[in-house]
Amino acid sequence: MYEKDGEQYYIVDAHIAFWDARPENRNRLGEGFIKCFYDYHRNLGPEEYLWPFEEKFVKYTEEDLMHDLFEVGYVDHAIFQPVYLGDFYKNGFNTPEMDAPLAEKHPGLFTLNGSFDPRLGKKGLAHLESLHEQYGIKGVKLYTAEWKGDSRGWKLDSPEAARCLEKCQELGITNIHVHKGPTVWPLDRDAFDVADVDGAATNFPELNFIVEHVGLPRLEDFCWIGTQEPNVYGGLAVAIPFIHTRPRYFAQIIGELLYWLNEDRILFGSDYAIWQPKWLVEQFVDFQIPEDMQSELGVLTTDIKKKILGLNAAALYDLEVPAELDVVSADAGTAAVGSEPLSPA
Amino acid sequence: MITVENVLDALSGVRDPEIDEPLTDLGFVDRVHVDGRSVHVHLRLPTFFCAPNFAYLMVADAVKAVQALPEVGDVTVTLDDHFASDEINGATAVGGGFDAAFPGESVGELGELRDLFTRKAFTARQSRVCDALLRAGRTVEELAAAPLGALTGDPDVTRCIELREQLGIDASPGSPAFVLADGSALDAGGLTRFIRVARLVRLSLEGNAGLCRSLLATRYGIPDPEEAAAA
Repeated sequence: MYEKDGEQYYIVDAHIAFWDARPENRNRLGEGFIKCFYDYHRNLGPEEYLWPFEEKFVKYTEEDLMHDLFEVGYVDHAIFQPVYLGDFYKNGFNTPEMDAPLAEKHPGLFTLNGSFDPRLGKKGLAHLESLHEQYGIKGVKLYTAEWKGDSRGWKLDSPEAARCLEKCQELGITNIHVHKGPTVWPLDRDAFDVADVDGAATNFPELNFIVEHVGLPRLEDFCWIGTQEPNVYGGLAVAIPFIHTRPRYFAQIIGELLYWLNEDRILFGSDYAIWQPKWLVEQFVDFQIPEDMQSELGVLTTDIKKKILGLNAAALYDLEVPAELDVVSADAGTAAVGSEPLSPA
Repeated sequence: MITVENVLDALSGVRDPEIDEPLTDLGFVDRVHVDGRSVHVHLRLPTFFCAPNFAYLMVADAVKAVQALPEVGDVTVTLDDHFASDEINGATAVGGGFDAAFPGESVGELGELRDLFTRKAFTARQSRVCDALLRAGRTVEELAAAPLGALTGDPDVTRCIELREQLGIDASPGSPAFVLADGSALDAGGLTRFIRVARLVRLSLEGNAGLCRSLLATRYGIPDPEEAAAA
C-alpha cells in the first residue's frame, strides 16, 4: 500500500520476473537478450537504482525481490509473468517452476502465471493443463517472438493458438498477457504488429487480452484494436519508466491510452527487475499531464491513478481489495471516447 | 576522388524505414573508411535484437546509396553487433534479397513492409504540418478545403510532397492538402478524426526515435543527445 497526501493506493505490480541469466544458463543469444534488458535498465532508470551487470542483474536473490517489492516498493500483490526462451537459456529464462517456490513460501503475495506455446501441439496443451493443475494459474504470459528451432515466432490468431486459447477458456485461465518482440515469423512482416491480438480478442470475448508494453513501439495499432475490443487491456510495463526520463512523452502515452481505451483497462507493471516499483509508484502518484497538454489529453485524477496502480489488475485476478482502498466503480461515462476512429496508417 | 564527407552525404539520404529519420542523424553510422575508390561503412543499431527486416533494409539501402557515388569502386557495408549480422552482411554483400539472407524464414521480400511504414511516415509528416497550421489559427474546415499548393515554405510540406510522389499519391498543387495514407480525400469530419489518429502515429515514430537514440547512446557509451540538449 502506498500513501500520499492522505490518499491510499492498493498496488498490484502486474509484471514481475525472477529470472536466471547467469553465464552457465545462457548462450550467445541469451547474453544478447539480457544485455538488451540491461541497456533498458541503465537507460531509463534513476541512477540510484542501477545494479551491476554480472554481479546482480543477471541473477538476483529472493531477498532482493522481497525487499524491492514488498519492503520498500509498496506492492500489495505481484504477478509473475514467465518467459521461457528455451533456445537462449538452458533451464529457461524465467519459468513458473523458478517462481513457484516464492509463491508457495509467501501465500497471498503472488499470482503465478503460466504460458503456452502453440507450436508444441498436444504436448503444449498437456503442459498448460499441468500448470493449471499444479499451480491453479489464472493467466498466461505469451511471448509470440520466441524462437524454437527454425521458427522465429508465432501468431496469436493461428488455428494452433486458438486451440490453446480454447483450453484456457475451458480451464478458467482468463487473463492472456501478450508480449510482442522483435523477431516473429515471417520475418518480412512487422514483428511488433498487434493485429493478431485483434482476431483472438474477437474470437474469445470471454478472455481478457492484456497487451504488455501497450504495444510500443506500435501504440497506434494497439489503441486501434483497444478501441474496438472491450476485452483488450494495456500493460504499462516498459512504458511507465518514461515518466522519469521523458515525462512529456509519457504524458502523451497515458493521455492517448485514456482517450482510446479508458481508465479501467490500463494496468501498472514495473517489469521488475528491469525497474523497481518504488520509484515508479512514487513518481506516478506525483505525476500530472503538463498544463499545456491538458486541453488535449485531460488530467490524471486520484481515482484514475488508483485504478491503474492496482484496482484494475485486482478486478482481473479477483484479488481482495480492502474496502477503504477501493474507489466507487466507474460509470458508463468513462467509456473510451475514441470509438470508431479511422484505421491508423 | 571520394571522401568520407561524400559517403556521409550519400548515407544521409538513407532513412530508418521504421522511424523516418536519416541513419546519419540517428547515429547508426559508426565509421566510414575510404581507401582510394573502395568504401567500407560500419553500421550499428541500438540493440542486439533490433528487427532484422528493418536492419536488412537499412544495410541494403546504404549499399545502394554509396554505390551511386560517381567513380566508386568496392562498397562494403557491415552491420556490427547484431544477432543476424552474418546473414544480413552476407546477403547484402552479394546483392541477394532478404529471402536469401533468411531462407525459409520469410514468405517474400520487404516491399509490403516498406510500403506500410512509408505510409505511416507520410501520416506523421502530415500531422506535423497540420498541427503547425492549427496552432497558427487555421480551422479544420479551412484545412479540409485547402489545396496542396496553398501550403508553402514549411520543410515538412516538402517532405509530404516527396512521399506523395513516392507513393503515387496526387501531389499536384490543386490536390487536397491532407489525405489519408492511401491517398483518399477527407472532409472536415474525416480530417478531425485523421488529426487524432495521425498524432498517435507520430507519437509512435517520434517516441521510438527518441528511445532508439537513447539506447544507442547507452549501448555504445556515447553522450545521449537528449540529455546533452537538456543540459
